[in-house]
Amino acid sequence: MSDWVEVRRGSYHDSVTLMRISRSLSERPDVAAAMVAMGTGLNREMLERMGFAVPPDARPDDLVVAVRADGKALDEARGALDGLLREASRPAAAVAPGAMAPPRTTASAAARADATVALLSVPGPHVFPEAMDALDAGLNVMIFSDNVPLAQEILLKEAAARRGLIVMGPDCGTAVIGGAGLGFANAVRPGPVGIVAASGTGAQQLMCLLDEAGVGVGHVLGVGGRDLSPEVSGRSALAALAALDADPGTELIVLVSKPPAPRVADLIREAARRLDTPVVFALPAAGEDDLTAAAEKTLKALRRPVPEWPRWKAIARDALGWDLAARGAGAGGGHRFTDFGDDAYTRGRAHPMIDPALRLEAVRAEADDAGCGVLLLDVVLGHGAEPDPAASLAPVIADAVRARPDLGVVVSLCGTPADPQDRDRQAAALCGAGADVFASNAQAARHALSMIEGAPAEGTTT
Amino acid sequence: MTEQRHPLGGLLARDPRTVAAGVEVLADALADQAVPVERVDWRPPPPGTEHALAAVLGDPGHADANARAVQRMVSSRPHLVDVRPAREVLGLDKATFLHAGPPLEWERASGPMRGALIGAMLLEGLAETPLGAEHALERGAAALEPCHHHATVGPMAGVVSPSMWMLVVEDAEHGGTAYCSLNEGLGKVLRYGAYGPEVIDRLVWMGEVLGPALQAAVRRHGPLDLMSVIAQALQMGDELHNRNRAATSLLLRELAPGLLAAEDVPRDRAAEALRFAAGNDHFFLNAGMAAAKACADAARNVPGSSLVVAMARNGTDFGIQVSGTGDRWFTGPAGVPDGLYLGDYGPDDANPDIGDSAITETAGMGGFALAAAPAIVRFVGGEVPDAIAATQRMYEITLAEHPALQIPLLSFRGTPVGVDVTRVVRTGILPVIDTGIAGREAGTGQVGAGLVEPPPGIFTDALHALAETA
Repeated sequence: MSDWVEVRRGSYHDSVTLMRISRSLSERPDVAAAMVAMGTGLNREMLERMGFAVPPDARPDDLVVAVRADGKALDEARGALDGLLREASRPAAAVAPGAMAPPRTTASAAARADATVALLSVPGPHVFPEAMDALDAGLNVMIFSDNVPLAQEILLKEAAARRGLIVMGPDCGTAVIGGAGLGFANAVRPGPVGIVAASGTGAQQLMCLLDEAGVGVGHVLGVGGRDLSPEVSGRSALAALAALDADPGTELIVLVSKPPAPRVADLIREAARRLDTPVVFALPAAGEDDLTAAAEKTLKALRRPVPEWPRWKAIARDALGWDLAARGAGAGGGHRFTDFGDDAYTRGRAHPMIDPALRLEAVRAEADDAGCGVLLLDVVLGHGAEPDPAASLAPVIADAVRARPDLGVVVSLCGTPADPQDRDRQAAALCGAGADVFASNAQAARHALSMIEGAPAEGTTT
Repeated sequence: MTEQRHPLGGLLARDPRTVAAGVEVLADALADQAVPVERVDWRPPPPGTEHALAAVLGDPGHADANARAVQRMVSSRPHLVDVRPAREVLGLDKATFLHAGPPLEWERASGPMRGALIGAMLLEGLAETPLGAEHALERGAAALEPCHHHATVGPMAGVVSPSMWMLVVEDAEHGGTAYCSLNEGLGKVLRYGAYGPEVIDRLVWMGEVLGPALQAAVRRHGPLDLMSVIAQALQMGDELHNRNRAATSLLLRELAPGLLAAEDVPRDRAAEALRFAAGNDHFFLNAGMAAAKACADAARNVPGSSLVVAMARNGTDFGIQVSGTGDRWFTGPAGVPDGLYLGDYGPDDANPDIGDSAITETAGMGGFALAAAPAIVRFVGGEVPDAIAATQRMYEITLAEHPALQIPLLSFRGTPVGVDVTRVVRTGILPVIDTGIAGREAGTGQVGAGLVEPPPGIFTDALHALAETA
């Protein structure tokens, strides 16, 4: 073991560089101790404490090198030191000070962008802080997520009201702002209709039918499935009605919802009466207009002709037949209706419009059930939905009707020719696989019914 | 009227511009439609914090409380107005010592803290020998109180005893006063736990010569605007925690003429004082800390605010205080800094994090301003882009950008200032703190310097406490 102490005149490096070099040297195998430092009083004291003999003529602006190691390791350390010093003087790689890590909160993102609306789809229990961020930054909020506590929904909607903003959602799947779709939305022509929607797919059906009739939709403001409940009391629906009423481009408002609580329905009707803009209600329920009828009523209010709604007929097949006795046991027989978009099916997984796996499995199971006579499905196109639903669905339908020539398959296809998936191409593929395809969901449902009119039972999956 | 014409903030009147957090495919769909979309890199907060976050953020007054608190912090105008002994300005009696960080007893004190307390006993003449001092302290001969409970901050061990001279800093905007001791220089010094004769001799000299000389200089100068010095130094490569070279030079430039003109300070003493200050690149640190303390204290006690108003370590615990929860400390174990070591010292020699100097980060300097100090970026274990990234990361957890403290490299963007407890919990991003590293053994002194982070649990604790008050 021997010491090497050297004084290098006129070689200045900052203390941090030298501390790093010292560490590199002392971490070398067989090096017992190493210190490379400027010859200041403090450093000389340190070197002496480590047992090195520092030449008395070393000055504060001299570089002092001290290494304790075995002969061979000492030589190697010498060589390494020169490399380390050279490296320390080398210019660093070009830097891009403008390059920033992505924002980690909605507040941070809002501060970077001159935005008007935040689209939130983080898991429901975590949505609240992001939504408050958006409102505090003056942004409207669309909450796609479900499983958001009701109390938080009310708090957010109250906070939005204080700021003159709207919270669309939670569980709001569809909005269109100035022609741009947020969440699930179809590519429709711009136009005079504004939609307030507590039902996202309801709004999609309406906008697609209106588009088919040549009437455009300017905005769709979603409000979330619970907005018209007694607890939330239509807070967002009222804000949306007022905003559309004030929008010079909106000539007619359609409000689409599953039937609301009667007290809230009265509240909304009362508010609608006070607007300058006429409001058409589409609240499908037994004895009320279905969505197709609501679309037709809207067209009449705008004095526009009602077209024949498109239908793509399946090639003629064998007569229908099914064996009720064989109807799948666990389901209790009779009709079956499954909403794969329900919260129970989306906890921890994507909406079926994004990930169809669960529903494809159910279609196969129903087709296998000899007790199922007619399969009724809806296929919804547009932004946000899977890029080519027919690609996975058509083969499953084709397999089903090949195995069960007696099985009827009816598809309600909600989309427009301008959608990324191209409605007409999707229709052709599904029709070619053996399905009867309808642009109007009401017509699709009636057709399915008519196929089994007077019949004992049928399976439906949607 | 505008409100009438453009409800919902003009949502329906403009082409939409969006922020998107969550499912990637929904943001993609917006981009496909050529809608501008700013994507959030969202990650879930720690389990069990959802309700507390909702309670704090759902308090209707929360946003305003934070805005008010941070506005008070950044509008503070700390001025150095005087230099006086602690016994006079703090009313300390002979056997009361202040220390850094949250409250601490002798039994739990770390090596450097014990060393500094022993040194204070010797300085005050309360013990003849280090061993005698230690026994006396064990018996409880001195009352120990946190600096922060006396509007004071102290670097490293932060021990303040009655005969030490203090910088007196007044906030010309909000009227508060803050104090900090005088910086002893580097190497074997009390604040790193050294208590040898040279340490005590230096402290005696500081009381007899440096303190009175500075007092004369400051009084002749009149109130000295510390934010102005700090803002200039930041543009000269200081971050005001681990680099104070520019600020020290600027401070001396302000004080030297007054010191030379003071008839009551003999020329040789004035020269000694100037030589001492000029030989210590960290001389300004303590003034900067007192300034930061004045800023942070201005933001205290705003109900509902989740703004952090103190981050401090006593060598055993790391503690924070929050505007909306008064004087309550939230503490966890202090970590060992990640850094570079002097000589043959290594992490095994390092004491856990210590000192009130994280008050600089609390007020938007230090680690938060690393991008302003390229000369010391290698402490971050990297290069200039790492320092920039460190500062930029801090914008994610802070409430404001400092209007006076600007970073040239970031196109003169204000430093990130005002740590928000809720954002720390939500993002998991912890404040980055520059720090010196003290030796574990009493009497060792400094062994290195580097970066340290607080324990994450103290921010969730503070969040839950805020939720209880919401």
